[in-house]
Amino acid sequence: MAEIVTLTEGIRELVSDGDTVALEGFTHLIPHAAGHEVIRQQLHDLTLIRMTPDVIYDQLIGVGCARKLVFSWGGNPGVGSLHRFRDAVEHGWPAPLELEEHSHAGMAAMFAAGASNLPFAVLRGYTGTGLAAHTRVERITCPFTGEVLAALPAHRPDVGIVHAQQADRKGNVHLWGISGVQKEVVLASARSLVTVEEIVDELEPRPGGVTIPGWTIDAVACVPGGARPSYAHGYYDRDNAFYVEWEQISRDRDTFTAWMREHVLEAVPV
Amino acid sequence: MSAAYSADEMMAVEASRRLTNDSVCFVGIGLPSLAANLARRTHAPGCTLVYESGTIGAKPEQLPLSIGDGELAETADAVVSVPEMFAYWLQGGRIGVGFLGAAQIDRHGNLNSTVIGDYGSPEVRLPGGGGAPEIATSVRDVFVMLRHSSRAFVERLDFRTSSGERVRLVVTDLGILEPRDDELTLTRVHPGSTVDDVRAATGWDLKVAARVEETEPPTADELAALRALETKGRA
Repeated sequence: MAEIVTLTEGIRELVSDGDTVALEGFTHLIPHAAGHEVIRQQLHDLTLIRMTPDVIYDQLIGVGCARKLVFSWGGNPGVGSLHRFRDAVEHGWPAPLELEEHSHAGMAAMFAAGASNLPFAVLRGYTGTGLAAHTRVERITCPFTGEVLAALPAHRPDVGIVHAQQADRKGNVHLWGISGVQKEVVLASARSLVTVEEIVDELEPRPGGVTIPGWTIDAVACVPGGARPSYAHGYYDRDNAFYVEWEQISRDRDTFTAWMREHVLEAVPV
Repeated sequence: MSAAYSADEMMAVEASRRLTNDSVCFVGIGLPSLAANLARRTHAPGCTLVYESGTIGAKPEQLPLSIGDGELAETADAVVSVPEMFAYWLQGGRIGVGFLGAAQIDRHGNLNSTVIGDYGSPEVRLPGGGGAPEIATSVRDVFVMLRHSSRAFVERLDFRTSSGERVRLVVTDLGILEPRDDELTLTRVHPGSTVDDVRAATGWDLKVAARVEETEPPTADELAALRALETKGRA
């Protein structure tokens, strides 16, 4: 059964230097507050996994938490580049960043394979793309039809971190709207932390919503606004202006560092 | 005398005309989303919009700013997880048209959205392919939308992110390219552009169709519908 903890306790108990950590959220319910707590606790040498590393991963990379990034699309959605990610890849600042690059289809299948306790994912893909020469993919022949398919190693993060709208007091989690790969991340990971907008006495399942039983989760932390500047369906909208501002904040190393000090490092943990 | 319109508006209108009531299209943010939503508001109200965030049959009133906008989920026929989207729907062969953009394209429609320079030590690290590698090999028809310049239309890609084998249409701000004998060929120019303009903005020796037609400029109705979408998107 999930333990109800503070965010500070949750990150301290579950994440260690050198871990492989997936903080997921596909455009919705992105666990920004948890990412900030990882930064405040100055964790480093992390292998970070995410399909769409965006602003929070730009911050984690820019302060030097990451050794390696496993991803499929690294940009500022609707705005452009991630400048801290680019600086790390192009100039090794603040540290070189090893990349393992996949496609969305590949990453999604790798999480699903991890959740299924399989060693690898199989899909029809990674053809006609130069990615195949630079990433972990092998060809496998279907024993029934002879079709040649792509095999990718399953994602098995040490820690999976996601944000959701609600949990009950037993740590059962409910999220709704665009559900991304959150359930797969929790089930694929050795340990998991879910931050939620609120803890309620009784969950009211929404149509199309996803429930993750508390006994599959290690810790739940109540962090209202924990997805900002992304959004939490039914709670608050995406702060589109911030994503545009990030373009300017992140362009310059000093501006970025000053912003991080003021807004994250010296900010009071939730 | 038709109303004044921008190059982006011409691109969105021309792409929208290629969608039909039966089209099921995988849509990204930006011009493809504008084009697909315009089609749904004009000649193809039955066109099905699928966003890779997991919304199938989204019917947004406003132009979404991100593929994960809440309104897409609220107006969709179905909302599915991301693994399901790529496995059952894209790989499952349910999507007819896939829109792609890129930083570079070659004469075979292969696209680069990964790096400028060498992969291991790039001059410019681009966001990467995202869904593109499997969109390019799983949908029936790939439509590319890309502004014309000799930096984008290159003899040799720095990196091949996705295959051009299913590219059926390239809509640029100057005209339309379609594959003829496995090579992208100029088939139309937009009003105000010439074949020489397109040649000058293409980094390879561009094949030109025997008869190059002029694109029909946006109609008043198309422009009105387009601007209504854009205005709502900004509100």
